[in-house]
Amino acid sequence: MARHSASMLDQALLVARKDLRIEWRSKIALNQVVPFALLVLVLFGFALDADTAALRNFSPGLFWLALLLSTVLAVHRSVEIETGDGVSDAVLLAGLRPAAIFAGKMFALGLQLVLLALALLGGVVILYDAGIDDVGLLVVTLVAAVVGVAATGTVYGALLVGQRARETVLPMLLLPVLAPVLIGATRAWGDAMGTVATDGWAWLSLLVGFATVYTVVGALSYGTLLETAHG
Amino acid sequence: MASMVDLERVVVLLGGFPALAGADLRLEAGEAVLLQGPNGAGKTTLLRLCAGLLRVESGHAVVCGVDLGADRQGVRRHVGYAGHRSMLYDELSVAENIDFWGDAAGVSHDERRLAADRLGVEPRLLDVPVSRLSAGQRRRTSLAITAARRPSLWLLDEPHAGLDQAGRDVVDTLIGDATEAGASVLVASHELDRVRDSVVRTVTVAGGRVLEGSVERAVGSVR
Repeated sequence: MARHSASMLDQALLVARKDLRIEWRSKIALNQVVPFALLVLVLFGFALDADTAALRNFSPGLFWLALLLSTVLAVHRSVEIETGDGVSDAVLLAGLRPAAIFAGKMFALGLQLVLLALALLGGVVILYDAGIDDVGLLVVTLVAAVVGVAATGTVYGALLVGQRARETVLPMLLLPVLAPVLIGATRAWGDAMGTVATDGWAWLSLLVGFATVYTVVGALSYGTLLETAHG
Repeated sequence: MASMVDLERVVVLLGGFPALAGADLRLEAGEAVLLQGPNGAGKTTLLRLCAGLLRVESGHAVVCGVDLGADRQGVRRHVGYAGHRSMLYDELSVAENIDFWGDAAGVSHDERRLAADRLGVEPRLLDVPVSRLSAGQRRRTSLAITAARRPSLWLLDEPHAGLDQAGRDVVDTLIGDATEAGASVLVASHELDRVRDSVVRTVTVAGGRVLEGSVERAVGSVR
């Protein structure tokens, strides 16, 4: 009989390592998600007629919009890993704690989003001539927002494991839910980049609250979501 | 003898269709039973039900002492299910798959390697991504992962499919060893002549039911 002595943290790390290893092998994030995100930045530049002042002013919003659009691809990839040849059956049978699976997948997705954000940040600095006034606020906002996005993406991804039309359903479900992150992170980064006169730290509380709610909801409901998606 | 599977008038719906329409089955500890029947009869559904992967719509279903109507997740740690699909991550190597599923189930490194050797998973293939394996090599890997868990109830769906002669012999030995160790085996197969030698009785499934009077002693016996 299978034994399950591993701790919750061990199981979460096991799942995270597996997802990151698969991502490292497939290079989907590197070869598809990052180029897509940078392409979005370039297209925003075309749309705003390469007006440097406008691009600089709007760079926080354009950054977060590009990141959220790219998140859809990253979440889709995270779901795809679990829809392989009977893998969803194996996951249920393995006896891993659902909260550990959630934490592991969320961590792996979050780490990829941080790396994507760093590439995008380089993009807005180079392409939009964006400046950074408050590195601390920028970093803390990035961490809080990524935790919220990764938690939400992992929750909605689980809902769509067994769905055929998940490519089209995922953005319609996920993007509206992430609107508070877009608003809060854009305002906070506006302060950190000196493009708007607002208290960025106050907006940070929205992001922390969002991340906390979705992390708790995800950890508590992931087992039910997996069972429901499995049918 | 303790009952490992006890199904009475079990109904399972798949998309509204009664894939099992009042199935009855009893399987004792240490017993190996062959499920035979035409395609679409409900054999795979029966195995997946016993693995806790499907919801019981109505009827009474107790597997490994767990009431599936109340707690189908609870039975999963007791069973080893090998279905039509490989249940492996394509991008990971054979060793990485064995280690991941072994770690997930709390199986020691030595037990995993022993199971891999037993199933004839060649050492030279351990570092090869599963996506590059043949169907037979995938099947051996998948069965090795199942064997490493040492389940109380084996649920095997066409376990010989895609395997060469040596691999088929290994599966037969696996079934015999499992029952000798006190585990029960429920195996669905179309290769009746081959599997009959490994089981103590044969059960016919048709139209989502286990047919009345289909239970009979096979010529062979448990090894």
